[in-house]
Amino acid sequence: MEETLLLMKGISKSFPGVQALKSVDFDLRKGEVHALVGENGAGKSTLMKVLSGLYRADEGEIWLKGKKLTSRGIKAMIDAGVSIIYQELNLMRHLSVAENIFIGREPMRPGGLIDWSRMYADVRKLLEPFNVDLNPKTKIYMLSPAYQQVVEIAKALSLKSEILVMDEPTAPLTGNEVGKLFEIIRNLKNSGVSIIYISHRLEEIPQVADRVSILRDGEKILTRPLAELTTSEIIKHMVGRTLTEQYPKVPIPLGKEVLRVESLAKRGYCSDVSFGVKSGEIVGFTGLVGAGRTEIMQTIYGRLKKDAGRVYIEGREAHIRNTRDAVRKGIGLIPEERKRQGLVLGLSVLDNAALTILDRESLLGFLKQKKLKGLVGRMVEVMEIKTPAVRQLVKYLSGGNQQKVILAKWFLRNCKVYIFDEPTRGIDVGAKVEIYRLMQDLAKEGAGIIMVSSELPEVLNMSDRIEVVFGGRIVKEFRREEADSEKVMEYALGLHESESPQKLQGVGAES
Amino acid sequence: MKTRFVETLKNYGIILAFFLICLVLAILSPVFLTLNNIINIIRQTSIYGIMAVGMTFVILTGGIDLSVGSVLAVSGAICAGMLKAGSPIILVILVTLGVGVACGLATGLFVTKARITPFVVTLGMMSIARGLALIYTKGYPISGFSQSFRQIGGGYLAGIPIPIILFLVIVIIAYVILTQTKLGRYTYAIGGNEETVRLSGINSDFYKTLVYVISGFTAAFSALILTSRLNSAEPVAGNGYELDVIAAVVIGGASLNGGRGSVWGTFIGALLIGVINNGMNLLGISPYFQQVVKGLIIIGAVWLDQLRGKEE
Repeated sequence: MEETLLLMKGISKSFPGVQALKSVDFDLRKGEVHALVGENGAGKSTLMKVLSGLYRADEGEIWLKGKKLTSRGIKAMIDAGVSIIYQELNLMRHLSVAENIFIGREPMRPGGLIDWSRMYADVRKLLEPFNVDLNPKTKIYMLSPAYQQVVEIAKALSLKSEILVMDEPTAPLTGNEVGKLFEIIRNLKNSGVSIIYISHRLEEIPQVADRVSILRDGEKILTRPLAELTTSEIIKHMVGRTLTEQYPKVPIPLGKEVLRVESLAKRGYCSDVSFGVKSGEIVGFTGLVGAGRTEIMQTIYGRLKKDAGRVYIEGREAHIRNTRDAVRKGIGLIPEERKRQGLVLGLSVLDNAALTILDRESLLGFLKQKKLKGLVGRMVEVMEIKTPAVRQLVKYLSGGNQQKVILAKWFLRNCKVYIFDEPTRGIDVGAKVEIYRLMQDLAKEGAGIIMVSSELPEVLNMSDRIEVVFGGRIVKEFRREEADSEKVMEYALGLHESESPQKLQGVGAES
Repeated sequence: MKTRFVETLKNYGIILAFFLICLVLAILSPVFLTLNNIINIIRQTSIYGIMAVGMTFVILTGGIDLSVGSVLAVSGAICAGMLKAGSPIILVILVTLGVGVACGLATGLFVTKARITPFVVTLGMMSIARGLALIYTKGYPISGFSQSFRQIGGGYLAGIPIPIILFLVIVIIAYVILTQTKLGRYTYAIGGNEETVRLSGINSDFYKTLVYVISGFTAAFSALILTSRLNSAEPVAGNGYELDVIAAVVIGGASLNGGRGSVWGTFIGALLIGVINNGMNLLGISPYFQQVVKGLIIIGAVWLDQLRGKEE
């Protein structure tokens, strides 16, 4: 039981602008379940990608069974017995269970034909210890997520994996299925397989894991047996960070309510969402990745069609059926994924920034080119967007400046309500402060602001009010002065929810 | 210095290639550089050149329209049928263009509302329109029109063939639309990133439908010229034109992924195809072999485009 199977020593990894891992040590013993926890962006996924061979660490060593690994490609790690089961399962939906498990390694008959009967027999044998009723010929798309997971695990075992990494394995599962999965994990453990278990559901961890490691801001905070830690202690270690960022929050007098959302629902995404935003107010929306925050915003904005609920702008009901209606009623959305949703990378700063006002600044379809150029030029100056010219293609700008171009696009439109979805993700600290400043400039001019963010310090320091989202619903509202990171985290983790969370579709993977 | 040269070659390579091919043909064939032959080339180019202008809009949004040849056939057939029935020319022109617009509208709605990929929708439309042309003509050509209608394809204005004038006018209108209007900006933006456009509160489906309407319109416009010039409408007219049309746009530097390209590029691309067709005829190369060459040209053009994309 005490034998160390895997040892990761001093692992560091940086990306442009971010130090994702800072000299992290991690070890895994034979036959143990080792939980890995941390906030979004704490470095869990990066660490596992280093282990899988997908990323190459800048520094550090990986030891397996007392031997130092020299080659670390994906193939090398699989050969070494490491298998990762990702949040989004990597199965081919239209192939059968057996085909998925043996893809690329199908048993052959002499003459180059696939030996199907042997393949099915092998799969049955492989599935035996799981004690599940699963036909090897069944197509994957007909299986529930729990069974799909079983297939993934069986595939990993057929590769003779001794180390299994499970990334949020319970996220798509219902209560019963979670129990079943834990049983399987216990069986695996008893047969000597070691498991790294990543999960946000802290309440589940003591049921399966022996030890826990906590990551925060790319550093490992501690590794301890679970018996020695309470859930609230874990949370404390997860969020208690040293604040190096600045939050230029200034008091802004609040005005009338500009946006009111009542009982908004979209099946599979969110339900019973009600809240309001006043003029001059910044309302923070927080929750875990996949809690449904982005989906709530997209439903308000008309990108997703709502099933129920009403939206009021300045007290009058706004019928929003598509994004065009939303923009016309005065809502602007600064989306989560800059490059995929916010910009046309192959077009210029001018064309991108002017995209929202072409209908306003044209006559019979002809653009008022001079005026557009003047408006965008002034915006580039005011916002200090660093670009050699307004004709520069946005793909050549830095992340922070790209984000400012998106903001410029919406500032030009003069909205009543701005929805910022993860406005500072992947942006360096200096640009972050500028974005906070711009956000508050809008609030000062009387706009209402919604800020969706996974970064707790940002939410706590910049918001006037905080809405915590879990399972597609707002589970708690905090006033600025009553919120602290531990309380917010408890609600975000769903610790105050009696029932298991509603199953969500389109749960995003942690990046 | 070297990178500068490569850069220039990438941007103006097509013009260079154009003059190079012209030079080679001028050496190989004494007829090539005669005024008659040059006018002939441009006049022939104008038929699919006009269609290529419409196709430029479609390809800029990241779509494709394989149905243009068939749409040309069905609008030409209806045009001929109406002329034979003695309808006034103005009405005939309007209805012919209307047929093209209707085909484009149907395509556009299937692409945007039913969310079927343009390749499949226009492949279907290619067969549907061709079938309709055959049904309407019962498989036979409809020929013999009035002198005044035959002016469209055969007449001259100030010594210049009317098809050439119409081609240039359409190129200029398209240039103005693409650079000076909302529609133009949206066309490029949709091809660059449709999701961004939609999240910017723009009805991208409307503009996407519109580009297929434009493509249908230009196909019908070419049908008018071709029918008039041949003094006949055949149900098999325009067969295989989509190849020349798409080749012209791609050779002109447009990316099949959308977002990049220009109508002047298409103009040069169309002329280049015209020169190659003409040159191969002058040199007595068999039409069968010409098909092979054209196929190679379109693959080569897309390959070049991908190399260009990779460098970015």
